[in-house]
Amino acid sequence: MPFNVNPAELFGAVLDGILTGTVYALMATGLSLIFGVLDIIDVAQAGYVILAAYLSFVLQGVLHIDLFLGLLITMPLLFLVGLAVELAFIRPLKRERTQLSILVTFGIGLVIEGVLGMAFGTTEQGLQAWYVTHGFQIGNAYVPYMYVFAFILAVVLIAALFVLLYRTKFGRSVRALMQNRTAAQLIGINVERVSAITFAIGVALTAAGGMAYGATTPFNNNSWYDLITRLFAIIILGGLGSVQGALIGAIIMLVCSDVTAVVWSPVWSSAVFFLALVLLLLFRPQGLFGRVATRKQ
Amino acid sequence: MKRSLNPRLVKIVWPLLLLVAAILFPLVFPNPALDNIAVLTLMYAAMATAWNIFSGYTGYNSLGHSTFFGFGAYVIALISVDKGLEGGFSLFLLVPVAGVVAALAAIPIGWITLRTRGHAFVVITLITVFIFQLLAFNLRGFTNGSIGLFLPAPGFGVDWFLLPYYYIQLAILVLALLTSLYIRSSRYGLWLLAIRDDEDRAEGLGVRTGTSKLIAFVISAFFVGMVGAMYAYFIGSIYPQYVFDPALTITIVLMAFLGGVGTLAGPILGAIILETAQQYFSIYAPTGLYQIFLGALFLIVILLMPQGIVPSLARLWTAWRVRRGAGGTPVAPERQPVAVEKG
Repeated sequence: MPFNVNPAELFGAVLDGILTGTVYALMATGLSLIFGVLDIIDVAQAGYVILAAYLSFVLQGVLHIDLFLGLLITMPLLFLVGLAVELAFIRPLKRERTQLSILVTFGIGLVIEGVLGMAFGTTEQGLQAWYVTHGFQIGNAYVPYMYVFAFILAVVLIAALFVLLYRTKFGRSVRALMQNRTAAQLIGINVERVSAITFAIGVALTAAGGMAYGATTPFNNNSWYDLITRLFAIIILGGLGSVQGALIGAIIMLVCSDVTAVVWSPVWSSAVFFLALVLLLLFRPQGLFGRVATRKQ
Repeated sequence: MKRSLNPRLVKIVWPLLLLVAAILFPLVFPNPALDNIAVLTLMYAAMATAWNIFSGYTGYNSLGHSTFFGFGAYVIALISVDKGLEGGFSLFLLVPVAGVVAALAAIPIGWITLRTRGHAFVVITLITVFIFQLLAFNLRGFTNGSIGLFLPAPGFGVDWFLLPYYYIQLAILVLALLTSLYIRSSRYGLWLLAIRDDEDRAEGLGVRTGTSKLIAFVISAFFVGMVGAMYAYFIGSIYPQYVFDPALTITIVLMAFLGGVGTLAGPILGAIILETAQQYFSIYAPTGLYQIFLGALFLIVILLMPQGIVPSLARLWTAWRVRRGAGGTPVAPERQPVAVEKG
């Protein structure tokens, strides 16, 4: 098989992987945060991403609002969606929360898929703007401006998330919940409120992720199946519940896929990553940054 | 004088009546469109039952059972194409072969994936489906890639071509059910339930958790592999994205949860409801309505009766009988504590 390693192509692939990996990191951190705090697997996370992509599509197409400016509308909107979903569907789950959450959130994802399918059909769409179609040259690599803008957006939002988690009182509550839910409750943290807000923040982050995803990848209402698998792979690699892990896992995954695509063949790009993940789990079942699973109290 | 029947007799008579009804069904309703749905329903029921043998009893939710479906489908397709086999009844002999190959494949897959627990297991099994789908796409010399493989035509008569599929699939379902029942009532089944309830404690009490889980995984894969082969022969052509299909496992899981995980009748009831609904919506409804229906159904079932339909109805039925003073056992707890036998 043809292994032709061209340093310029390799550089382009790594650059591409880091830029897009950061966008995936944005979506995956929300997922990991939700997992860590609420102890649920949110399968619908990718559904919100696609929903957000369509919202940006509508805002741009109907109201002619720039994609990045549109985030000022879509992010609060998805925050509210997240809050509503948490109150209506996640909070009522008391027993066997994790197991049932997969099904409940899958149901939510299906409803989103169905509604989007009825509203927009199954034709693939793409978000358009001057920065999507224009780009610049670094060495041999061509980089659309969108990749850079999305990278900056993701870095800013992730930085804001870290400030929120590590420099505020709310963030301390969130981290306390991630460590031990019962103990957090005992020291007077309003567990239900913190959970709801965390969930809503995780969903709101997908608004930015969805816009960036929609501008770099063609999407339709079925795209969430593929996307959620990638996001899961990322947070499993990084370690469930670890926000840093999600960040690093995303970049490793995208760089790995992009490099495989240039040195070997694009058809093998995801297979190599998935196989690497399975091999890693043989030796570290908890992922890169995950804590070893302990018994439930 | 008491009119209530001997409960043990009822327990034997009801399934037999249902079996007779299932045997007579295609003879009473010889409508091909209806029987086509019936064959598919039996396939899903068998897979949901097989999934339940592993996931329902051990509590490890596998989203990777499509892998074994794909293995079964590719085994029957590759052998019949490679050897240039004719259609007809003899091709059904390859169905158990496909099951065995799927079960053999399940040993290394299970060995690797069962190193993880809980959430990681759910995700890693889902990922295995994608790995094998990609392999089926990319190993073109072997699997013919996206062009797919075509099986020989069965050559059955026009007015009875569905019957062989129907009865053989029914036999596979009954076999899966008997296996499930046997495991459920054996000491091995108690081990599996102990793993579901508290794996560390079960291990501390002497249950060989690793081997027990792997055996259940392999048994489960055997049945799913056979159904995969049946499906391939029934449909006549296979493609990587339709046999290594992540949505297929999710459908099976939803069926089991809808009816009631860990029960015998639950997965079958779930399969009947969902497969019928799926066929109805795919013919009569506009794009997207089926997903909305399915999603809403799940939200309602899980929020209102999280145990699934069968256990919830059973509780209502017992409560009703107790209220009427007709005797019967008191309302069972939702999940009975399972004692691990000594030794």
